[in-house]
Amino acid sequence: MTFAFYVIAALTVAGGLAAVLLRNTVHCALAVTIAFAGLAMLFLDLDAQFAGFAQILVYIGAVAILIVFAILLTRNSETPRDGVFSRNWFAGLFVAAAIFAVLGWAVLHSIAVLPNHAAVPAVTVAQIGQALVGRYVLPLEIVALLLTAAMIGAVIIALDEKGRTK
Amino acid sequence: MIDHPIVYQADQIFVLLKHWLIGQLPSSVQPAAGVLLSVVVIICLFPALFAVTTIIERKGLGRMQNRLGPNRTGPFGILQPIADGIKSLTKEDIVPTSADGVVHFLAPVLLVVVVFMGFAVLPMGRNMALTDMDAGLLFFFAIGASTELSVFMAGWSSRNKYSLLGAMRAVAQMISYEVPLLLSSVAVVMITGSLSLNKIVEAQNHYTWGLPHWYIFTPWGLAGFLIFCIAATAETNRSPFDLPEGESELVAGYHTEYSGFKFALFFLGEYVGMFSISGLGATLFLGGWSAPLQILNFIPSWFWFFSKLMAAICVFIWMRGTFPRLRQDQLMNFAWKFCLPLVLTNLFVTALWRFLGEGWLRWALCTAILVVVYVAMARAEMRSGHFGSRRYRYAE
Repeated sequence: MTFAFYVIAALTVAGGLAAVLLRNTVHCALAVTIAFAGLAMLFLDLDAQFAGFAQILVYIGAVAILIVFAILLTRNSETPRDGVFSRNWFAGLFVAAAIFAVLGWAVLHSIAVLPNHAAVPAVTVAQIGQALVGRYVLPLEIVALLLTAAMIGAVIIALDEKGRTK
Repeated sequence: MIDHPIVYQADQIFVLLKHWLIGQLPSSVQPAAGVLLSVVVIICLFPALFAVTTIIERKGLGRMQNRLGPNRTGPFGILQPIADGIKSLTKEDIVPTSADGVVHFLAPVLLVVVVFMGFAVLPMGRNMALTDMDAGLLFFFAIGASTELSVFMAGWSSRNKYSLLGAMRAVAQMISYEVPLLLSSVAVVMITGSLSLNKIVEAQNHYTWGLPHWYIFTPWGLAGFLIFCIAATAETNRSPFDLPEGESELVAGYHTEYSGFKFALFFLGEYVGMFSISGLGATLFLGGWSAPLQILNFIPSWFWFFSKLMAAICVFIWMRGTFPRLRQDQLMNFAWKFCLPLVLTNLFVTALWRFLGEGWLRWALCTAILVVVYVAMARAEMRSGHFGSRRYRYAE
């Protein structure tokens, strides 16, 4: 636990809290981006270059932009008069706390399950690449096929129907 | 030839200077001071290059449009960038009343910070990269993806329809062209077998009969380089892909509501982005800091890197003075229906090149596949009317 960890962790938590508590939806989306960036920095702090850069590339470069586009294109980004908070926020808080407790419990007990992995593993990007196209090539291909199918589906939904276009 | 002491010292002059400067400090602060010094040099160097580029651009465009360009400040107007800098510093900073203050302020700052971070992994000469990251290329693209967010922040926070439209166009364009940009670089990674930019340059720094082994001199490299150039132009919102700031319809796009130094920051961000993407293109396909001929190896490596970079900038300026602007539908069709299939073909050809082994067969086969696919696709697209005159859906 270094000084850098505390700074990054504070930033990430602050981003997450701001994403939940801010009133303007676009501000919330931008605050989520701060949390994403904080997570990426935590990965980099742990020497996990691939995970860190993939986090930036996918979450900041794509997911954040997607969220922002969805907010702007689906409805007015102005905040409604009666606020954006759901009335049963208490139940939501309870569910979130329960999930957090389960995850925390699992993480804290994982050392007992994997005693041999106590030392920090040094995994380079090249090793990840070789594992992806070597040992795990079948799962990779299946995921690729699934994503392609999803993309074609999205295109077909967005496509104009034949009769209507000129 | 690099072994000759004078040649070596000229080549490594900045590295040796840095070591000498750091050597003056106590050893406990040396690593931090080394990084700090490199960062300060990068942050000073590229804005200076930006100043030089603005004058080249204004003079060059003036020539192409049969006028003189700036000629009042200093001899031949070469002090114009300094005058512009002072002007933008002393101008009033206007923030629209309805604008979102914090986001409006953060957008240019974020853009400049993100754009400068790309230089951290670019090797600007032999032993002259700030960090030799294992995943340098991945870092570069990850950082580049964050510029979209700052463009969006600028457009949205201004509360202006022109700004928002410009930002939406810019983000859509940058996302679309990021795909061919990334995939054309993947071909280089496939051949080199490494994401480290230093290793990519080292792999090209060999000579046969005095000629370099740059990737541009292979069929897949040439195709990849051309697609990379197109995508890089679109990624930096330069003409002919400068729709996000199309003056005739959007005033100035996402930075319409910025004035004074914040506008200057956007301007700086755009040019520094051009420098970094040109540097990446030179590193990936043009051999980075390696000399174009073996006998020219006595000229320092950093000279070659910056020559390639400035040559790329001059091509950017040339294109701006030559090509008319594309339409939005042409822009999107071109990215998704032409560049993307072509770059996927290029990936296949690259794999073929890698596994066919040495010989004339792979040259013939790879070139033939690329040419056939290019011609077939271009003809099919022209016939289907994607690149021709526009078909209007609502206004006829």
